[in-house]
Amino acid sequence: MADAAAPIHRQLGLTDSELDLIIEVLGREPNHLELALYSVMWSEHCSYKSSRVHLKRLPTTGDRVLVGPGENAGVIDAGDGIALAIRIESHNHPSAIEPYQGAATGVGGILRDIFTMGARPIAVMDPLFFGPPTTARQRWLLEGVVSGISGYGNSVGVPTIGGELTFDPCYAGNPLVNVLCLGALPTERLVLGIASGTGNLAVLLGSTTGRDGIGGVSVLASAGFSDDDDQSKRPSVQVGDPYEEKRLIEACLALLDERLVVGIQDLGGAGLVCATSETAARGRVGMDVDVTAVPTREAGMEPWEIMTSESQERMLAIVTPEGLARVQELCARWEVRATVVGRVTEPAIGPDGEPIGVLRIRKGFDGEIVAEVPAASLADDAPLYNRPLERPSDLDARRADDPARLGSADLGADLRALLRDPAWVWRQYDHQLFLNTVTGPGANAALLRLAGPGLPESNRGFALTTDSNPRLCSLDPRLGTALTVAEGIANLACVGATPVAVVNCLNFGNPEHPTVMWQLSESVDGMAEACTAFGTPVVGGNVSLYNESAGTDIDPTPVIGLLGLVDTLAARPPVLSWNDGDTVLLVAAPTVALSLGGSRWAREIHGATGGVPAGLDADAHAALCRAVASVIAGQVAGDHALVTAVTDVSGGGVAVALAEMAIASGSGLSVALEESPTAFFGEGPSRFILATADPDALAARMRAAGAEVTMLGVAGGDDLVLGQVATSIADLRAASTALLEGVSA
Amino acid sequence: MSRAAVIVFPGSNCEHDAVSGLELAGASAELVWHTETDLSGYDLVVLPGGFAHGDYLRAGALARLSPIMDTVAAFAASGGPVVGICNGFQVLTEAGMLPGALQKNAHLKFHCKDSTLIVASSRSVLTRGVAVGTELSIPINHFSGSYVCDEATLQRLQDNDQVVLRYAENPNGSLDDIAGISNDAGNVVGLMPHPERACSALLGSTDGLVLLQAFVGAAVSA
Repeated sequence: MADAAAPIHRQLGLTDSELDLIIEVLGREPNHLELALYSVMWSEHCSYKSSRVHLKRLPTTGDRVLVGPGENAGVIDAGDGIALAIRIESHNHPSAIEPYQGAATGVGGILRDIFTMGARPIAVMDPLFFGPPTTARQRWLLEGVVSGISGYGNSVGVPTIGGELTFDPCYAGNPLVNVLCLGALPTERLVLGIASGTGNLAVLLGSTTGRDGIGGVSVLASAGFSDDDDQSKRPSVQVGDPYEEKRLIEACLALLDERLVVGIQDLGGAGLVCATSETAARGRVGMDVDVTAVPTREAGMEPWEIMTSESQERMLAIVTPEGLARVQELCARWEVRATVVGRVTEPAIGPDGEPIGVLRIRKGFDGEIVAEVPAASLADDAPLYNRPLERPSDLDARRADDPARLGSADLGADLRALLRDPAWVWRQYDHQLFLNTVTGPGANAALLRLAGPGLPESNRGFALTTDSNPRLCSLDPRLGTALTVAEGIANLACVGATPVAVVNCLNFGNPEHPTVMWQLSESVDGMAEACTAFGTPVVGGNVSLYNESAGTDIDPTPVIGLLGLVDTLAARPPVLSWNDGDTVLLVAAPTVALSLGGSRWAREIHGATGGVPAGLDADAHAALCRAVASVIAGQVAGDHALVTAVTDVSGGGVAVALAEMAIASGSGLSVALEESPTAFFGEGPSRFILATADPDALAARMRAAGAEVTMLGVAGGDDLVLGQVATSIADLRAASTALLEGVSA
Repeated sequence: MSRAAVIVFPGSNCEHDAVSGLELAGASAELVWHTETDLSGYDLVVLPGGFAHGDYLRAGALARLSPIMDTVAAFAASGGPVVGICNGFQVLTEAGMLPGALQKNAHLKFHCKDSTLIVASSRSVLTRGVAVGTELSIPINHFSGSYVCDEATLQRLQDNDQVVLRYAENPNGSLDDIAGISNDAGNVVGLMPHPERACSALLGSTDGLVLLQAFVGAAVSA
């Protein structure tokens, strides 16, 4: 924590050189309020000052991209007059301090990013990372986070349709709580967070402003954890109210439907200062904010507290003076507070004739000016850091340490230990609201109807998946990130979807560690290469740094969210369960090699962190995924159901994939598999398991696309037999639920 | 065509889904805001799922005070078919239109999953013409779905054929495996499962239509 004797700018998280830059921008010393505004807007969380130089290398354009990175959400054209807005965020540090509210407000925050674009949020996904749930503290974090997502998401009325659950000791001190949200809108309703029109009014909608969450972006999100932080940082965590948010969603969509809004922006990190400066900067106008007009929760709040509070469930709408009465009427219907707190002003003219919008904080519209700064200097002019990069010095030694040398005492026991059914988590989430969820949590990818209140009719569908491979990324962040994109493409293929866009949440350690910045840089390159190869532009992202505790960084954890489209959604896709008598095929790209380096088996059975992950042939992978997706797209369009069950082979290798399918089916299989950890649990991309009643036809289609097809066996019986290792389905099922059912009933 | 009113409280979230289910079952359906006080012209009333008034205080405790509820009570008193789904069931018990109460699930967790229901009475507006013993696959989605009442009330429910639906496998600790009940006259029904979520083969089940079609049919005969 900040030292009370340090200069005030350092207490607020600004460096000496950043203070010098502020003095240069203003041409004078900032006052305390101005310093507070810069400290939150120039925080790592808001400004991306350590990552922006790298993020520029990502491909961001494509035929379907309507809005790319930099806005509140990316937007793609889904066809039939429907656009989809998508974003991913992290709420890692708040969740580490107060898991229920941290996770709940993470959901609330990303919903606002989506309906800010004019879209109704219709799907949420939650990738979660904890330490193993074998200690009281990890169980408290897991239970709190899941209840927070459940309590907020279910109540606010947005289905949570999937996610990920990863346990690894590296997250014990710093859990990761990421949340992805997708919204749908009639394409013509798309709006942006831009203020324009001198004399227009800035109306604050929603909750009152309190002292919660002050410094959330700077003190909390942009620094690591030490031992005694829990108590001192708790006031920086916000508190959520899903009922307020639900009414705010309905009120905002009603305002947008009646075209009463010139621009709209959510209040999230950095609160009112962020919303007013960003809207003004984008519109190249000025804004006067009357800080005394803001409805507060308690008396005596200082201007800096009001301007930087991160109280939840608030939006800033720019409306015309003529429209104000109708805005207030609609808000009253939804019991949503609507208060004029600002006015759009003429920009000043700079030395080269350019408009300079000035943000002025006043006490009364005609009262004292307590802060006066160029809006763009807050929103866009944070210093960019090209921090030093350094490949970790122990990486070569780790890569040389192939975990294959460790062997297995009991392959059956290892298999049971690697099975984990996350249903305990997703049963607590409403995953069906809006009647769109064709396949939800537990499937390879979520597949939903492209429908919702107020949308044009469509027979299309969309698919979502989130993936991560931190174990692989710790050994090779570039390859690991590319493999993560590849895994998402394979997941989408399992429901017949064509990939169209990527969002990413880059969860990394302390950017002041050169090894962490090297990981980030490599990871961005790997994502850029894969997204270019697969033709999937990156339409949005979030960077979460300072994920460290007691000086130790987490494994590099880029989370990739992939959105896919299905042209015609008329029938259910195959899922994991095969029928007795089906033939089970392994379908792989011809170039696949397997490795235990970075595998779940190495990490979870042996705690081994070494080895070299299997490589990726992006062209072969894309061709294989297209072939699988093509067969299944035909099925969901209503063609003959050639495939009865499908999965891609990912963490845990072919043994875990077959066990999950056998559990889902209640039907066994006997496979002549070499009894070695590599054959059972080796990981590598570009492999699918498909079950079918017509193996000749399916194998012919796969071979025609260049894939290698291996017949594994014919489904039936009560046991999964791999080589001579036989396990009953009942035992597999019990093993898969043991860990989480042990958390609580 | 029968005309259904789907009551919307601030915090309701299944109102559009309810409209969709009713339309698939052959009715026309419109959203009616909770501050309205007129239901003339409607043949059916549905209280949908969600979190009316945020479920603050207790699920349904504030919704029973919304202006529309006196009109809903009068509609029911004149024999009009009323069904409360999930949060709607909670509202009906809080409003005293159905006996008993719904408390937190036995395991103190929210549960969203498929459930198998067994029709226990053919007398209610939701199950008229559906054979007792019929099994229906319809999902549940609730935190407070454990039905409780005193012994005398349970006896009366059983004796008067007011237990409408039971769970094949009790998911929440409900007394007597109760998933849905009716009032004495059979024209007011509350159930925790969501029939509107089971009206499409694409989504996995059409069994909800069995109930909603019976309900829409009740409008004509009421």
